[in-house]
Amino acid sequence: IDYTGTDPASPCNKCLSPNVTPCICTINFTLEQSFEGNVFMYYGLSNFYQNHRRYVKSRDDSQLNGDPSALLNPSKECEPYRRNEDKPIAPCGAIANSMFNDTLDLFLVGNESDPTPIPLKKKGIAWWTDKNVKFRNPPGADIPLEERFKGTTKPVNWVKPVYMLDPDEDNSGFINEDFIVWMRTAALPTFRKLYRLIERKNDLHPTLPAGRYYLNITYNYPVHSFDGRKRMILSTISWMGGKNPFLGIAYIAIGSISFLLGVVLLVINHKYRNSSNTADITI
Amino acid sequence: IFLFLGSMCFVLAVGHCIWENKKGYYFQDFLPWKEYVSSSAVSAVLIFWSYFIILNTVVPISLYVSVEIIRLGNSFYINWDRRMFYELKNTPARACTTTLNEELGQVKYVFSDKTGTLTQNIMIFNKCSINGKFYGVVYDKNGQRVEVSENQFQTFSHLTYVLNSVKLLFVLAYVFQKTEKVDFSYNKLADPKFSFYDKTLVEAVKRGDRWVHLFFLSLSLCHTVIPEEKVEGELTYQAQSPDEGALVTAARNFGFVFRSRTSETVMVVEMGETRIYQLLAILDFNNDFASDGLRTLMVAYRELDNAFFQDWSSKHSEACLSSENRGDKISVVYEEIEKDLMLLGATAIDDKLQDGVPGTIITLNKAKIKIWVLTGDKQETAVNIAYACNIFEDEMDGMFIVEGKDDETVRRELRSAREKMKPESLLESDPVNSYLTTNPRMPFKIPEEMPNGNYGLIINGYSLAHALEGNLELELLRTACMCKGVICCRMTPLQKAQVVELVKRYKKAVTLAIGDGANDVSMIKGIFWGFFAAAHIGVGISGQEGMQAMLNSDYAFSQFRYLQRLLLVHGRWSYNRMCKFLSYFFYKNFAFTLVHFWYAFYSGFSAQTVYDTWFITFYNLVYTSLPVLGLSLFDQDVNETWSLRFPELYEPGQRNLYFNKKEFVKCLMHGIYSSLVLFFIPMGTVYNSVRSDGKEISDYQSFSVIVQTSLLCVVTMQIALETTYWTMISHIFTWGSLGFYFCILFFLYSDGLCLMFPNIFQFLGVARNTLNLPQMWLSIVLSVVLCMLPVIGYQFLKPLFWPVSVDKIIDRIHHCMRHPLPHPIRTKLKHASSRRSAYAFSHKQGFGALITSGKTMRAKMPKKNSFPFKK
Repeated sequence: IDYTGTDPASPCNKCLSPNVTPCICTINFTLEQSFEGNVFMYYGLSNFYQNHRRYVKSRDDSQLNGDPSALLNPSKECEPYRRNEDKPIAPCGAIANSMFNDTLDLFLVGNESDPTPIPLKKKGIAWWTDKNVKFRNPPGADIPLEERFKGTTKPVNWVKPVYMLDPDEDNSGFINEDFIVWMRTAALPTFRKLYRLIERKNDLHPTLPAGRYYLNITYNYPVHSFDGRKRMILSTISWMGGKNPFLGIAYIAIGSISFLLGVVLLVINHKYRNSSNTADITI
Repeated sequence: IFLFLGSMCFVLAVGHCIWENKKGYYFQDFLPWKEYVSSSAVSAVLIFWSYFIILNTVVPISLYVSVEIIRLGNSFYINWDRRMFYELKNTPARACTTTLNEELGQVKYVFSDKTGTLTQNIMIFNKCSINGKFYGVVYDKNGQRVEVSENQFQTFSHLTYVLNSVKLLFVLAYVFQKTEKVDFSYNKLADPKFSFYDKTLVEAVKRGDRWVHLFFLSLSLCHTVIPEEKVEGELTYQAQSPDEGALVTAARNFGFVFRSRTSETVMVVEMGETRIYQLLAILDFNNDFASDGLRTLMVAYRELDNAFFQDWSSKHSEACLSSENRGDKISVVYEEIEKDLMLLGATAIDDKLQDGVPGTIITLNKAKIKIWVLTGDKQETAVNIAYACNIFEDEMDGMFIVEGKDDETVRRELRSAREKMKPESLLESDPVNSYLTTNPRMPFKIPEEMPNGNYGLIINGYSLAHALEGNLELELLRTACMCKGVICCRMTPLQKAQVVELVKRYKKAVTLAIGDGANDVSMIKGIFWGFFAAAHIGVGISGQEGMQAMLNSDYAFSQFRYLQRLLLVHGRWSYNRMCKFLSYFFYKNFAFTLVHFWYAFYSGFSAQTVYDTWFITFYNLVYTSLPVLGLSLFDQDVNETWSLRFPELYEPGQRNLYFNKKEFVKCLMHGIYSSLVLFFIPMGTVYNSVRSDGKEISDYQSFSVIVQTSLLCVVTMQIALETTYWTMISHIFTWGSLGFYFCILFFLYSDGLCLMFPNIFQFLGVARNTLNLPQMWLSIVLSVVLCMLPVIGYQFLKPLFWPVSVDKIIDRIHHCMRHPLPHPIRTKLKHASSRRSAYAFSHKQGFGALITSGKTMRAKMPKKNSFPFKK
């Protein structure tokens, strides 16, 4: 579902102007089929060059790993998002600075007039290695998180400092999973990132029954200036992962080509055998 | 390549410029430009250089290192080759340079010296005729000549004396006094190595036949040999020319032992009696004995009275001292004394061909290598040797002799030769002629011209001097190159160099010069009067004439027959390996680098690399270096036996078929194709796809790992396809490198290392997270299949649609290997190589009877040999 709001008819169109803050818009949609099993909610961005070299470099992994010295003195790669008002930025760099900060909420419009909010789980969306090894908060087990980030300032574009990303301390600071997901830069300019999980409650009810839904968006993230697009994707998955027909199509295509080629070569080989036997004599 | 690199960078820089203008400018909210970047153009210039750095792997620096290693390895193969080790002299082949190995596989022209190179330059006293009686042939009881079997021919040979126009060698010795008797039993001082089969001669000596005695006396006296007697009874002779050595040794064995000399006397043990002769004068021999298969020498004597000698002696010294026309005067004086001689007899010395020379030459000819003999010898000698070693064959369609003494004659002779071989080449419409008339001064390459048969060309030194001048040299070259064999005789060292240079300049073919003596140094290598004339490859034969040629050569061994092994086996392998190596190396670097190029279109032309920096570092250094080195050190498309058996396999090297511009473009295309596959298959795989637990895999680091793993798999499969000779080592190298890659991958992406240096090793956990994805493996398999399909198809179709003779031969070899039948060609070659006799006519039997029947030693020439000898 595209909610960028470039279409004037879109409810999010009003959010394109920077004056409206905060801007909340609502998009209605209908699910034709019910979603069984776990459902994954993604946000997708296009035309967003997360793979630009200067962008990819603009981070400090030491800092993100909780190194206290790097916290106060971030790497030069982070320029120009290294220091702000004489204080080091935590987390520094262009990637962190541009973190996706729309809030998406999903509601099921039931029979009654009052909509049911769909519970969205925010943990378990990042790689285990990232969450537990690569990203760490600055040391100090008993000290409150705010104290551990003392002496740093928030990235320029951010509203809240890093230690206030989530009330749960296990998901705040550098180990906030939304943050971790964002920091794993995409390979291509059009990409999607996992936003929330919708877990199935029990076997009786489908996770998302067919019906009308609306998506509540707190629209903070500007993409219009560079012609970007924002989308929200709901998806289920199989053992092979998500729906990507590419490999299947490619395999079928290559398989048939190989088969054809095989037949052609066989025919040629058969013909050639005969001629080569006569040719051998003339050598 | 640099141009290619530059243009790629340029395209990307322009792309970047446009991108920054259109998108990057608006993207500054998230990614501001650096403060010093004022506009997209400035940024584009910076990007140009960034891409220059990233894409510079298309110009592989490690190529040079690897090439050197391969060359070194192949040189060692030559040094270690046991079949090029000459046991008798304990000399292995020696590669003095490492840079020329692959050129050995491309040799088109071989310039060979004769004496010491084709022949052994060891003279053996073979037979003699004394006073009209013939010695050296074995008769059975009935007086019939024994028809000896093939291998006895080697020592006996036939009797093909052509004693016409034998200039007499005469050395003056005068019996002066006679002194003590020493009790030496007969033959005590004989050289044990000497073998002579005819007992009648020994009997004649024992009988005390006066003529025989005089004959051997003259032989033992008249020479310039210096004896060395280190231990009593063990004599060794230091002879200026091997001929003399052979004669003196013969005399010694028949009881006329030359023992020592002072400046004025010669001591000879004559049938047990020691006599001292006074040496009055030495008349240098003017090196003009005509020869045939055997070098022959007439021995004559004359008794002089004292008065005549005194008179002559003064004339002689006068002549020697005269300042002008000394040579002429001396020869007049010589003439005076060299008349009224009594003919004693004639000797025949056999300058044996080296083992296996004719076979080698046949093989080389089959490999389309042209052999030119450049020799200082006389024409007759040279021609006979040429026949003997199959440079000329009996079945040749014609033989041209160029012996004109001025420009016009030479030109006429050359032209008439060409008219016979290929009449149309003299016409104005001939492409070469028309080219010559239009741009006469341009350096150019003369194309191959096919004559209408097998021809031989003989040209002598005088004519060559004219032919090498200015406008005639092209005539010479075109004529000579049409001939199957070329003999240049009576050449000075400078002329040898000039001829080599001529061919090198106009034919643009790889030339090889082989020789053993100091006079060949000029053509092997060197600067001769400021005239640089090295052949591409110089081969020295460590023979009788010293080390000079060897020291100046690129390769040295001790027998001519090793040349075929050097060229057809080592040269061919080196060339094939080098070509395979080059094309594979370029291919792998293109496939590696061009992925960046495609990625640029998706990363805003920002010089973002596709791979991890560590992968870029290790790719050429670790992951792919060993397999390709293994390939180019150990690969053999066919083994040595087959490549000697089918010399035709050598041809692609001469025409440089395996690595030229076309092949390079092919590698380039192949590389581009592979990189396309390698980029777009993983891209399609990761695009918008997620793992089974819903987490996305389209992040940059996973993408890198997928691409680099596919790349390595593809490249490894490719090398496995190219390897034709699988050994344990190649298995270890090829699959080991791939396994090693995964080890390193896990190591580099492991927790510990990444936590120690988080900013250097950023790919923490990627290996673990990515390598267990089914999508990844499917995409790798797909990439490999897609990359291999066209290659396999091409390799399969190529011999069908564009068959080269080599393919047929290789096909045949495989056929033969499956059905190990005795091969017809094999027996043929065997026969050729076993015919080691020095005589071209040796297969004409029953010839000896003709000679022995008549008293004269003038033998009738066989018809096929009826070309006019210079009288």
